[in-house]
Amino acid sequence: MLGNILYDLLFDYTLRTVALGTAALGLTSGILGSFAVLRKQSLLGDAIAHAALPGVALAFLLTGSRDPLLLVLGAALAGWLGALFVMGVTRQTRIKQDAALGVVLSVFFGFGMVLLTIIQRMPTASKAGLDRFLFGQAATLLARDVLTTAGLGSIAVTIVILLWKEFKLLSFDPAYTQSMGYPVQRLDVLLTTLTVIAIVVGLQTVGVVLMSAMLVAPAAAARQWTNRLEPMVLLSGTFGALVGVLGAITSAQVAQLPTGPTIVLYMSGVVLVSLMIAPERGVVAQLRRRRRQRVQFAAEVLTIHLLNHESGTNAEFETAIVHLQQHLQWDKEFAQRVTRWIVTNGLAERTDGHLRLTAYGRETARRAMTH
Amino acid sequence: MSSAQIEIILVAVVVAASCSLIGTFLVLRKMALMSDAISHAVLLGIVVMFFFVRSTASVPMVLAATATGVLTVYLVELLVGTRLVKEDAAIGLVFPALFSIGVILISRHAANIHLDIDVVLLGELAFVPFDRLTIAGLDLGPKSLWLGLSVGIINLIFVLLFYKELKLATFDPSLAAALGFSPTLIHYALMTLVSVTAVSSFEVVGSVLVVGLMIAPPASAYLLTDRLPVMLGLGVLIAAGSAGLGYATAYLFDSSISGSMATVAGLILAVTVLVAPERGLISRWLRRRRQRIRFAAETLIVHLVNHADALEVAGKHPVGQLKKQLKWREPFTQEVLHFAGQQKWLVERNGRLHLTSAGSSVAARVTER
Repeated sequence: MLGNILYDLLFDYTLRTVALGTAALGLTSGILGSFAVLRKQSLLGDAIAHAALPGVALAFLLTGSRDPLLLVLGAALAGWLGALFVMGVTRQTRIKQDAALGVVLSVFFGFGMVLLTIIQRMPTASKAGLDRFLFGQAATLLARDVLTTAGLGSIAVTIVILLWKEFKLLSFDPAYTQSMGYPVQRLDVLLTTLTVIAIVVGLQTVGVVLMSAMLVAPAAAARQWTNRLEPMVLLSGTFGALVGVLGAITSAQVAQLPTGPTIVLYMSGVVLVSLMIAPERGVVAQLRRRRRQRVQFAAEVLTIHLLNHESGTNAEFETAIVHLQQHLQWDKEFAQRVTRWIVTNGLAERTDGHLRLTAYGRETARRAMTH
Repeated sequence: MSSAQIEIILVAVVVAASCSLIGTFLVLRKMALMSDAISHAVLLGIVVMFFFVRSTASVPMVLAATATGVLTVYLVELLVGTRLVKEDAAIGLVFPALFSIGVILISRHAANIHLDIDVVLLGELAFVPFDRLTIAGLDLGPKSLWLGLSVGIINLIFVLLFYKELKLATFDPSLAAALGFSPTLIHYALMTLVSVTAVSSFEVVGSVLVVGLMIAPPASAYLLTDRLPVMLGLGVLIAAGSAGLGYATAYLFDSSISGSMATVAGLILAVTVLVAPERGLISRWLRRRRQRIRFAAETLIVHLVNHADALEVAGKHPVGQLKKQLKWREPFTQEVLHFAGQQKWLVERNGRLHLTSAGSSVAARVTER
C-alpha cells in the first residue's frame, strides 16, 4: 500500500504534478500566512481570494486567453485592488476593518459573477476553465500551472527572505518600525502584495472559499509550537507543504474526494492536534500546569497546617495522613497527591501514617504565611 | 413586467431589507465577518439535512442550517477562549473546516444529493418563481417569498422588542452587563438570527452575497448618520434600493441578479464614502482646506499687526515680502487674501492692503489663544 503510493508519487504523472503543485502552494501560503496571522489579518486572505474573481474574468474577457499566468495576473491585480480598498477605507473612514473586508469580499465577488455570466453567454466562449478559480480543481493541474505556482511562489518567498528583518519588525511593532525610519506604509503594501500572490496562485487548486484556510491554518498550528518567528515560519511552510502532498495523495486514492477540502480538513486536524498537545501553550500543557499549581498551593497550605499543629496537644491526631481528608476537605486522591508532593519535595517526612515537617518545610510554611 | 419578474424583485427586496436590518448590528459590533463564517458553514447543515428532506426551502432545513450557524459561533468562541488563537484566525479556521466537510459530503454522495455548490455559493434568484407554495390547491406565490417575509418579520420583531437591550449591549457592553443584561444571551440571540437570515437568503442570493447584503448597506448608512434608528432605516432603504437597481442592471446586461445586487450595493457604498456629508472624503477634504486657509489668513493678519499695518500690492499681487516671509506659493496666497477680503479683515486702498478694525480684533483674539 505505502509502496504503491510512493511509486505513484514518483512515477504517476498526474499525481506527481498535483502533489508538486499542492506542496508548492502549501509552502508559499504557509510562509506568508505566518505574517498574516501575526498581524491579525487572517481574514484579509479570505477577502483577497474572493476579490480576485473579477480579475480572472476581466483578464479572460480582454484577451480571450486561458493562459494560467495571464489569469493569475488578472486575479492578482483585482485581489490587490481589493486589499488596497480595505486598507484605504479602514484608514480614511470610520468603517472598521471587518466591515471593509466583508464588503470587498462580497462586492468584488458579486461583480466577478456578473462578468462570468456575461462570459458564459458569449457565443465563442464558455466559462469552463474559469470555474476552476471558483471551486478549485487540483486534479486538473497541469505542469504549466505548477510552474506558475512554483515560480510566483518562489519570487514571493525570496522577497520575504530579503526583507526578513523589516517584515519581522513590521509584524510585531509597526510603531517602532516607523520610528526607526522604515517606510512602514510601503512595507505594509509590499507584504500584502506578496500575500496576494500566494493567494492567487492557490485559487485554481483549492478555490476561493478555502484559500483563506491555506493561509491561516498552517500558521495558527505552527504558532503553538514556538514563540520565535523563524521556527514558526519554517514550521508553517513545512506543515503547508506536507499536508498539501498528503491531501493530493488521499484524494487520488479515494474516489470522489475533492483535493481542496481534503487538504483543508487535514490542515484543520494539524491545527487541532497542535492546539491540544503543543508544549507550554497547548491545552493539555495548560491543564497540567494548572493542576500542578493546585497541588503546589495545597502543599503550602498543608505545611502551614502541620506547623500550626505540630507542637499542639493533639498533634498526633492532626498530623495523621488519614485526617487530612476530613480537616482540609480534600478527596482521597488529591490528598494522596499532595502528600506525595510534599514528601518528594522534602517538605515533610512520612513516618507510620504521620507527616512531620522538615526544617525546610517549616521555613516554607513561614514564608507562605508572610506572603 | 411579467408577474415572475415582479416576484423576483419582491423576493430580492425582502431578503435584502431583512439582511440589512440584522447586519446593522454586525457592523456596529465589529462582527461583520461572522456573517461570512456563518453563511459558509451552514452548507454543512444543509447537506446533512438534505439526506432527510429533499428540498432546500423547508422548515427542517432552515432549522438544521441555523443550528450549524450557531455551532460555528460557538466553535469560534471556544477557540478564542483557549487564548491560543486570535478571533480573526479562529473565524478563518472554523468555517473552512465545516465548509470542507459539506463539500466532501456533496461530492461523495453526488448521486443522492442534487445540490449544486454553484447554487449554494451564488444562489439563483431566477429560479425563485418556479418553487411555489400551494395550500389546498391555492397558489400563494413563491416559497422563498414567504420564507423571506417570515424571517424579515422575525428580525423586525426582535429588533423592536429588544431595541433597548441591543442598543445598550452594542454601544456599552460593560454597562449592559452591569445592569444585568446578559451580553452572551444577546450575542447568541443575534447570531441565531444572523444564521436564520443567512439560511433563508441562501437559496436566493448565495452565501457570499448574503455577506454583502448584510454589511454593505449598513456600512453606507453608518457614514450618513450617528443615530441608530436612522441607521437601521437608511440601511433597509439602501438595501431595498440595491436589490431593485441590481435587478434592473442584471436585466439590462442579462447577467447574474445576485451579483448585480452586490455590485450596486458596493457602488452605493463607494459613492457614500466619497460624498457623504460630514464624513465623506470630499467634504472632509473641503473642510480641511477651509481650515488651512482660515488659519493662514489669521497668521497673515497677526503678521501685519506685528510688522506693518499694510501690505504693498501691485495690481492684485502682494509684492515680495509675503512670499519671502511666509513661504506661501502664489495661488495659495491669492486664496488667503480672497478669504481675508471676504471676512472684511483687509481692505485695499491705493494699492495697499490695510487691516480693518475687524481684522485687528481678530488678530488680538488669535494672539490671545
